[in-house]
Amino acid sequence: MKKKIISTKRVLKSGFVSFLRNKTVSLSSIGILTTTLIIIGVFFFFRGIFDYSLNQVRNKVDIKIYFKLDAEDSQILDIKNKIKTLPEVQSIELVTAEQSLTDFQEKHSNDPVTLQALAELDTNPFGAMLTVFAKDTNSYDYISNTLSSESDFLGESYSAIDKINYFELKPTIDRLNNMIRLFNSIGYWITLLFLVISSLIIFNTIRLSIFIYKEEIAVMKLVGASNMHIRGPFLVESSIYAVISSLLAMIFFFPTTFYLAKNTIDFFSGLDIFQYYLQNFFVLFLLLLIISLLLATFSSLLAIRRYLKI
Amino acid sequence: MLYFENLRKEYPGGFVALDDINLTIDKGELVSIVGHSGAGKTTLIKMILAEEKPTYGRVSFHSSQVNKLKGKDLTDFRRKIGVVFQDYRLLKNKTVFENIAFAMEASGKTDEEIARDVPNVLDLVDLRNKIFHFPDQLSGGEKQRVVIARALVNRPEILIADEPTGNLDPVNTYDIIQVLKKINDLGTTVILTTHNKGVIDHLKKRVVTMQDGRILKDERIGKYAI
Repeated sequence: MKKKIISTKRVLKSGFVSFLRNKTVSLSSIGILTTTLIIIGVFFFFRGIFDYSLNQVRNKVDIKIYFKLDAEDSQILDIKNKIKTLPEVQSIELVTAEQSLTDFQEKHSNDPVTLQALAELDTNPFGAMLTVFAKDTNSYDYISNTLSSESDFLGESYSAIDKINYFELKPTIDRLNNMIRLFNSIGYWITLLFLVISSLIIFNTIRLSIFIYKEEIAVMKLVGASNMHIRGPFLVESSIYAVISSLLAMIFFFPTTFYLAKNTIDFFSGLDIFQYYLQNFFVLFLLLLIISLLLATFSSLLAIRRYLKI
Repeated sequence: MLYFENLRKEYPGGFVALDDINLTIDKGELVSIVGHSGAGKTTLIKMILAEEKPTYGRVSFHSSQVNKLKGKDLTDFRRKIGVVFQDYRLLKNKTVFENIAFAMEASGKTDEEIARDVPNVLDLVDLRNKIFHFPDQLSGGEKQRVVIARALVNRPEILIADEPTGNLDPVNTYDIIQVLKKINDLGTTVILTTHNKGVIDHLKKRVVTMQDGRILKDERIGKYAI
């Protein structure tokens, strides 16, 4: 046990000392690693912006149920309660006939002609309305079919419904769903491509930094050093590259997102990219750290392996 | 203690580097292996270190067959052998102290043992005043003495010196040979390969002469005669 502690201490010390002494190799490796991590980070932001924009579009999709003027409150509430029980439904909002009238009056407060015409009517011309939001845009089809006349889901209360607007919006929603599927699939392949390219860049950087020590590794073997004793300091050094590069990439994003946020908040339909960076700071840092640590140490192991065969 | 039996090394393409090598080296001997470039001296050294495997035959150290050793057994075996290379092969980013300490760390020595033995072995090669220098700050002769110190620090049973004076001037050559003689006088078996006639004639020890991968002569007290 004591031997293991001493050995670990020596490996750690040797890795740190080697990192500090090989300034040129360390700096160039960190430079390339940081650039690669920045590219991965930029991709992370792109995904964030893409998801946010998709959600914005998704939130604009809903099913509106318009009630007849003579619909009774009990029928409306019955329908609302039944729809609530559907697991696909995220939320449901009721606008009563009175509320519809008030909203209309407020909206046309600067239009006396319209208001006068409205005042001349004896009764409220607006019916109640239910707005249904689904958890997933793909569920709208199912929900609207459940609510349709062919289905007995709403029972007798169905007679209170004037119209359901989903069927008019269906082609648009279908197109939107197809687009989301396409973008997700493209996003998945681009992520994979980025990861493969980043892995190759990191692997080659580490491989080159270790190639310089090819002769020294041979000498270490010939003086009787075990594979772990040789490998250890290189793993420590690669891990230091990974930690510093992840920190540098995160530091790079601070002023960049701060500057971009001011100029792009309108373009990204209200998404503040700097706030997004702050909110996801630890997630992004952990992501970059894990990716760089895994790739750097794995690359080290792979690169040293061939030189240890003596 | 070291035996070569019917050793043959043939490389792909048909080049035969060693052929029909039969040789025994006893404990405490100083054996010089001489021959022109390409005679097979370095290949023979590589066989001892198990850097190369023979095509045929065997190399044995005491009762273990060197060319069959693997993993930890090979590492343990190499710790019993000290190696001095013509081109020094010091670890460039480590100081003199760290270079020697590395060999001790590799064999699991404690920090106390390292702190005690490294200065002592540097005294033996007369280099204590350069203990914290880096290899680039040393002359050729000094580098070679550090390599000898590194090879000696774990008290190896055999010290192999492959052309140790090849890159040195006559004064440094003489110093290095004196150090090797002193090490041999203290009981360590020394195997020396060289081209240097003066060194061989001065040593008056066993000389094995090689030519075209074969042993030409093996004389108890030999001279350089090629």
